[in-house]
Amino acid sequence: MSTMSYALTDSMTMLRRQIRHMGRYASLTLMVIGIPVVFLLLFVYVFGGTLGDGLGGITGGRAAYLAYVVPGVLMMAVAGSAQGTSLKVAMDMDEGIIDRFRTMAISRVSVLTGHVLASMIQILLAITVVLGIAAAIGYRTGAGVADWFGLLGVFLLISFAITWLTVAAGITAKSPETASNTPMPLMLLPFMGSGFVPTESMPTAMQWFAEYQPFTPWIEVTRGLLDGTGAAGSDIALAVSWAGAIALFGYLVARAEFDRRGA
Amino acid sequence: MSTAKPLAIEARGLRKSYDDNTVLDGIDLSVPEGAVFALLGPNGAGKTTTVAILSTLIGANAGEARIGGHHLDHETDEVRSLIGVTGQFAAIDKLLTGRENLHLMGRLHHLPKTEIHERAQRLLEQFDLVEAAKRSPETYSGGMRRRLDLAMSLMGDPRVIFLDEPTTGLDPRSRRTMWTIIRELVAGGVTIFLTTQYLEEADQLADRIAVLDGGRIIAEGTAEELKRLIPGGHISVRLKRVDQLEPAARELEATSTDPDQLTIQVPGDGTVDSLRSVIERLDRAGIEVDDLSVHTPDLDDVFLALTGRPENPTSQKESLR
Repeated sequence: MSTMSYALTDSMTMLRRQIRHMGRYASLTLMVIGIPVVFLLLFVYVFGGTLGDGLGGITGGRAAYLAYVVPGVLMMAVAGSAQGTSLKVAMDMDEGIIDRFRTMAISRVSVLTGHVLASMIQILLAITVVLGIAAAIGYRTGAGVADWFGLLGVFLLISFAITWLTVAAGITAKSPETASNTPMPLMLLPFMGSGFVPTESMPTAMQWFAEYQPFTPWIEVTRGLLDGTGAAGSDIALAVSWAGAIALFGYLVARAEFDRRGA
Repeated sequence: MSTAKPLAIEARGLRKSYDDNTVLDGIDLSVPEGAVFALLGPNGAGKTTTVAILSTLIGANAGEARIGGHHLDHETDEVRSLIGVTGQFAAIDKLLTGRENLHLMGRLHHLPKTEIHERAQRLLEQFDLVEAAKRSPETYSGGMRRRLDLAMSLMGDPRVIFLDEPTTGLDPRSRRTMWTIIRELVAGGVTIFLTTQYLEEADQLADRIAVLDGGRIIAEGTAEELKRLIPGGHISVRLKRVDQLEPAARELEATSTDPDQLTIQVPGDGTVDSLRSVIERLDRAGIEVDDLSVHTPDLDDVFLALTGRPENPTSQKESLR
């Protein structure tokens, strides 16, 4: 068998390992799925009435805000998984079995890809649950079949990028404690973009930041596809570039650090 | 044609240092196929570092090594597919059950599914872990964990097995079990490279022993050869009265006296005859004895004999107690 197919089978083996871990760390898994759900309910039922009026639409109110906030909450689901992933990776790196893996004739990167794939599955699960609950409380999407395929692509892309970044954070962290703190700023980014309120309502400096940070194009593309109005080409280009750059950065840092820790 | 067995492990001039701290200072090793080789040394001698280098976990700063004829740096994957490593710290996945750990190893060795299940079951039976197979290793005793660890190393059917302090921290019974397991492995024809702090363990298991101290091999040979270097055991006699120390020492031809502890050391191997003779001679001289103990040669003695200094101050204190 070639090295390439070993990389694939070994990654699948490591993914299986991680999926079993997910079951045994059920609390962490539930937290990753639960947090965006709590945010959805909080923003819709607590802040939604007022914020919806501020959107300036014809109807306003809670229903309008629910329609607006769903993409933002989906991004929370992506960013919210970061802490858990980073923590899990850091704890895993402290385990003796990682040294055993290093002495085996396996694809080294599979240890990391196992984590990445498992976290992506977890994120997709969280996204599905959020969409389901949003639908249950009255959210209606205008997305057609093609839009859903587009959305799946976007979610895979974004979660791939964020997960590699957080795997890098977890592997670089000196202890599991720091590993769970490092990705905290990620949780704030969806707020400092177009996720929860339109960027036009922000002060100029804030607006500038919001326009140029990765979550804004991701949110805009998601919103366009969910509404069925389509996404702007410039947003798609930005969203893909950001995701590609972040994934590459995370991958390179994670690999280098994984090899360095072995020496 | 050479009649010598091919070498399973061959190393020349291995060096490793971290910043200013030299851990290995030029190590040469040659272990024939099917042999049990023990690296004996105190904590900090460089035993674990040697295993880490030979098992491809870390790189050496200088020198080169081959496992089963494959170069460590240039044919790393070939080396890795030949070896199994069990360290002193459990290399097991605590979130998986015992059986799942074995299956994980089988899959990473790219074995067919039926083979994985059969091997795992066989190893669980062999290592007396069938009952524990469904549980997380968190619930295991130290000995069980070490057995699972070793079983995991065996899933890939390695030709060369590294055992880094396989019995450190185990109770005497688990240690015996581990020794039995290691002997069974040897019977199966694999080469074993083990490190230990215990002379007795090296003596029990190994064909050849190398003594490692401060990153250098200071002696190498069979257990018999090494023991010849070590003075035999001694009998330690504690007296009741300080004024009897001198006469007792004269009577028994003591090798050393310690007035503070009121003890004298007498050469002797601890057999009943030698003990009886010591007691009779003391009786005849009318010397009152408070306590008598037999000291068999241990790593301290090896180090004392080879380096002229005790292994380290704390362990010396322990052996005097």
